[in-house]
Amino acid sequence: MTMIETRTEPMVINFGPHHPSMHGVLRLMVTLDGENVIDCEPVLGYLHRSMEKIAENRTVVQYLPYVTRWDYLATMFTEAITVNAPEKLADIPVPKRASYIRVIMLELSRIASHLLWLGPFLADIGAQTPFFYIFREREMIYDLFEAATGMRMMHNYFRVGGVAADLPYGWVDKCEDFCRYFLPKVDEYERLITDNPIFRKRVQGVGVLSREDAINWGMSGPMLRASGVKWDLRKVDHYECYDDFDWEVQWATDGDCFARYMVRLGEMRESAKIILQALKGLPGGPYENLEAKRMAEGPKSEWNGFDYQFVSKKPSPTFKIPKGEHYVRVEAPKGELGVYIIGDDSPFPWRWKIRPPGFINLQVLPQLVRGMKVADIMAILGSIDIIMGEVDR
Amino acid sequence: MTTGLDLQQSFVQFLEGVGLAPGAARALWMPLPMVAVLTFATIWALVATWLERKISAAVQQRIGPEYAGPLGMLIPIADVVKLLVKENVRPGRADRWLFTMGPVVVVMSVLLAYLIVPFGQNLVITDLGVGIFLWIAISSIAPIGLLMAGYGSNNKYSLLGGLRAAAQSISYEVPLALAVLAVAMMSNSLSTVDIVEQQTGYGILSWNVWRQPVGFVIFWIAALAECERLPFDLPEAEEELVAGYQTEYSAVNFMLFYAASYLNLVLSCLLVAVLYLGGWESPIPIETLASWLNLSLENPLVQVIAGMIGITMTLIKAYFMLFLAILLRWTVPRVRIDQLLDLGWKFLLPVGLANLLLTAALKLAFPAAFGG
Repeated sequence: MTMIETRTEPMVINFGPHHPSMHGVLRLMVTLDGENVIDCEPVLGYLHRSMEKIAENRTVVQYLPYVTRWDYLATMFTEAITVNAPEKLADIPVPKRASYIRVIMLELSRIASHLLWLGPFLADIGAQTPFFYIFREREMIYDLFEAATGMRMMHNYFRVGGVAADLPYGWVDKCEDFCRYFLPKVDEYERLITDNPIFRKRVQGVGVLSREDAINWGMSGPMLRASGVKWDLRKVDHYECYDDFDWEVQWATDGDCFARYMVRLGEMRESAKIILQALKGLPGGPYENLEAKRMAEGPKSEWNGFDYQFVSKKPSPTFKIPKGEHYVRVEAPKGELGVYIIGDDSPFPWRWKIRPPGFINLQVLPQLVRGMKVADIMAILGSIDIIMGEVDR
Repeated sequence: MTTGLDLQQSFVQFLEGVGLAPGAARALWMPLPMVAVLTFATIWALVATWLERKISAAVQQRIGPEYAGPLGMLIPIADVVKLLVKENVRPGRADRWLFTMGPVVVVMSVLLAYLIVPFGQNLVITDLGVGIFLWIAISSIAPIGLLMAGYGSNNKYSLLGGLRAAAQSISYEVPLALAVLAVAMMSNSLSTVDIVEQQTGYGILSWNVWRQPVGFVIFWIAALAECERLPFDLPEAEEELVAGYQTEYSAVNFMLFYAASYLNLVLSCLLVAVLYLGGWESPIPIETLASWLNLSLENPLVQVIAGMIGITMTLIKAYFMLFLAILLRWTVPRVRIDQLLDLGWKFLLPVGLANLLLTAALKLAFPAAFGG
């Protein structure tokens, strides 16, 4: 008796660079056996803009407006690392007030970034509605940014030694209002999403990354923390003034897409808590009070002291980056954002190497999607949280 | 039981009165209900697209269309006009016949099924003895059209979408048929008119949904899957397959797919109304209402009003289900293909069989209540 043999050739299918869920211009060449993924090969570089090379003939102030285009959803972090690198190399002190303002801005930016991760992640697995809910809150953060910096996304706010301007009149109250409004909204997302059985089925046990793998692949940020590593640079490096606040590192042990979701939701809550504490502890208090006290006490006022300034001294446009090399990193929403800077005692950095978290985290994608279904590619890619601006630079 | 309004008879009698031969009069009648249903089905589908936009907007805290006519009600017209004047693009290496025939087959099969949807005792195009069975049979033609479109487009996304459509339809046809079978068993008939009539007598209490709650849920899930609505819209999953089998379609051909999906949705909602929600019956029986108002059902005016109430009732019920479908679409994520098939084969099928068995047992035990 002869058997009828059914045999299928694997199909190579191209996702992107123009595809609804490729988060910009990522391209995946996926080999499929029916609905099963045999292999996946990411192709990068469609958004390459020579960010690192351009840095080599720009002064810090010249380069600052450009860096928000790395990770255009967590813009404050790119600015923070851009000023931190020369700051650390030149040993420039940052006033306490400036540091607090920075932390507030960074954490707002972290919330904004996580919000714009949550919406597309849910959209990637088919639920369109959360996208509109997150934009409601994100809009408020951007209004706050606009009030403080004059720009919604590309704010150009950080400066070597501090920030570009003090917080405007009434900003502290507005920001506090936002935090109090935002915390219940996270609960609202949870009610809408977390216990949805279809959502659970789509993300639980999908894209599991073990602790060892996460470390070996150089993961960072929520990708690493969701795999059971309690590693947060804010706690590890003690940079800025994060030690002044009472907050917890969010982490989970499952290592699947659901764990990453829970970590990010938890981080949004923690960020809101940090902001509330920073607003309360802001040295000098709200701008209007600080100025009133300065005016009342005259030039000898203690409020003219270093710690109550928003910038240590006005940075020179030709600020020289001293000779030496240094690696500086911050905990960006997507992971460890680092810059390896080599100074040459000139206004321009000799080398400006960016370590974008999205780029490093994306490497693990082929391993995670192998053997999964087509639909899981989107869930896993969504949970990695990439921004092609910083992946391709 | 009154026969109610019989438009056909009146029309034929009227023409015969003018002096036409009986055969000619009947032939003149024939196209009228078809044209009427075609027109109305299209309008209902257009209304459904408008509702989709408005309800999804409300769910997402948006306003939705508002400038095209009052409350943006002309937006479906704008859609149609836009799609009509667009260039109809066919990819260079697509199969001409499969590519063109795909959408036609899909639309035809859906429209054909409107034959058996009753809006009143005699307000149905054909009261077929096999009624509901015809719908099940015809609705399995649509995936062939989708497969043709997916295969003929010369596009891998389309191909995957077409295959998903085929797999999905085959899996959900079975629980759907089982749910319908339980209803048919209770009604002792496959005719949609008989199925509704069996739900008369006690108003809202006599509807099948109380006697067939499990069947109702199975039918609704399977119907959503048949219509390829979220959470079961895998064949056109935007985030995975761009637009699935419709990826390469534009203009009129795309409109046919679009129309077919909404026609199919409205049809499924109508059939839920017919099978489980008492069809044209109002929650309080017309007879009771008439007796309260001391009106005789023989009165022609009352008959006309009763007929209109019947149509309205069917539509209200159908659009309520449509509302649920839209709400569901904008609330839940999409299931994965293996989860979809698991749900169909490993959950709905056994539950459907158990439901059928239970219905049969109940019918033997309580013939009065379960249509013995």
